[in-house]
Amino acid sequence: MQTATDLGAPAVQAQSSRRHGQQPGRLSHWLLIVSAIVLSALFIGVPIAVIFTYALREGVAVYFTQITQPATVHAVWLTVLTALVVVPINMIFGICVAWLVTRFRFPGRGLLITFVEIPFSVSPIVAGVTYLFLYGSQGLLGPLLETYDIKIMFTVPAIFLVSLFVTSPFVARELIPLMQAQGSEDEEAAITLGATGLQTFFYVTLPNIRWALLYGAVLCNARVMGEFGAVSVVSGAIRGQTNTLPLQIELLFNDYNVTGAFAASSTLALIAVVTLVLKYLLERKQSA
Amino acid sequence: MPGFSLTLGVTLLYFTIIVALPLLAMLYKSFNLGWPEFWTIISSERALATYRITVGAAALATLFNALFGLLLAWVLVRYDFPGRRLLDAVIDLPFALPTAVAGLALVTVFSANGWFGQFLEPLGIKVAYAPLGIALAMMFTSISFVVRTVQPVLEDVALDVEEAARSLGATNWQIFAKVIWPAIFPAFIAGCSLSFARSLGEFGAIVFISGNLPFETEVMSLLVFIRLDEYDYPAAAALATVMLVMAFLMLFITNSIQAWQLRYADRN
Repeated sequence: MQTATDLGAPAVQAQSSRRHGQQPGRLSHWLLIVSAIVLSALFIGVPIAVIFTYALREGVAVYFTQITQPATVHAVWLTVLTALVVVPINMIFGICVAWLVTRFRFPGRGLLITFVEIPFSVSPIVAGVTYLFLYGSQGLLGPLLETYDIKIMFTVPAIFLVSLFVTSPFVARELIPLMQAQGSEDEEAAITLGATGLQTFFYVTLPNIRWALLYGAVLCNARVMGEFGAVSVVSGAIRGQTNTLPLQIELLFNDYNVTGAFAASSTLALIAVVTLVLKYLLERKQSA
Repeated sequence: MPGFSLTLGVTLLYFTIIVALPLLAMLYKSFNLGWPEFWTIISSERALATYRITVGAAALATLFNALFGLLLAWVLVRYDFPGRRLLDAVIDLPFALPTAVAGLALVTVFSANGWFGQFLEPLGIKVAYAPLGIALAMMFTSISFVVRTVQPVLEDVALDVEEAARSLGATNWQIFAKVIWPAIFPAFIAGCSLSFARSLGEFGAIVFISGNLPFETEVMSLLVFIRLDEYDYPAAAALATVMLVMAFLMLFITNSIQAWQLRYADRN
């Protein structure tokens, strides 16, 4: 089942080669087009424009001073580190899930697909709370971990864990429809010719799915870097220690450092724009 | 085909550790409260106010997104015009943009001296630090759902059926009402329910713009966060459980609608 749950529609669905695309002839057509463009500009375009305008309103020099202040630099570093840890793990998970549900028929398969998508429906705040009640000192495993002197809550590993939760379905969601559509004839041929399972995967499956896999990873990355609610529950938001970039934005904003908040925001907004450009390119690659 | 036990093992192990175990830990905490205490927490005046505000704002946001999303999907599929590709790309921006950044941008645009706020506030329309701001934040973060679910279905509406209707003398409006609308309706409803579900749980964009006043502009996710901050863990667990149950309910409804949509598409 393909759902547009987060970050747009799946890759396979989005290629719109079959649209009817007539030339708008009558006044009513143009009226619809213009109102769609004006509304999008007002509600989507202007908020994007305001980020870059405010970030640069005191000049480029101030912008760079704001971006290079130690707390912000540390937040950028922690955000990148989180993405480097989380994205590869969820790529492996996504491949496993996709292989499992598209290459085999077994009881509970439909249920498994639904279960895998659960993190998409759970509010980020709730995701954070669940981890608190597992690893926190009030939680299920917290007291046990404390006897071994292991602390997870309000540390960097907690940020990794909750980010894994929030973004776990991204790669699987891109791969499942594609691998379903491609079928398993290629792999079966390779196996018949004597290839091992791993050889089949790396030489047959991976080249077929690489762009969709990368696309899923790009979407996963954007969400990891931008996650706010879940991380704010588990991180403790300690300045210079467990503050990711989105949390740093809130902190600067609450400190009345508006330019600093917008400077930090502009880096994330830039990542969002790059994500969309990559999405467009990867969709074309996969459909080519 | 090899790899069944390997992929099944990895999938189940990872899902249990990362997703299932934390969810069960929270539900366990909630059940341990016992029914009377659980009920007292989730039916308190302040909690009831957050349900009212959250559901009301989400309904308003979904209504707007339903109309706006339908318009966007229609324009993108049916007409060829300069800037169509750009418009198509811009619709994904709210999804790609982190919610905290969206919240910061929206509160700045709509505050009393912001680009829009300076014109709206003299007219008596208060958006920032008001319930309308909550609806706006929800609208922004969930705008793409309706567009992206309706768009592919609208593309698939068969041209020949439309032309047959036209040759039989149907007006444009009749073609829309009798041919196109029935075909896209299930997808449209599915998109609306996705938008509504996302709005119920939204947090990042809302904290910046809502003002966070109890009984006035406090949403469910924020009350959970405040209870955590006060170290009132039982209340946080109970309220988060309410949100989780609502999310599962919406997931069930959305899945049922989509199953209906697929059957519907097969029949045509």
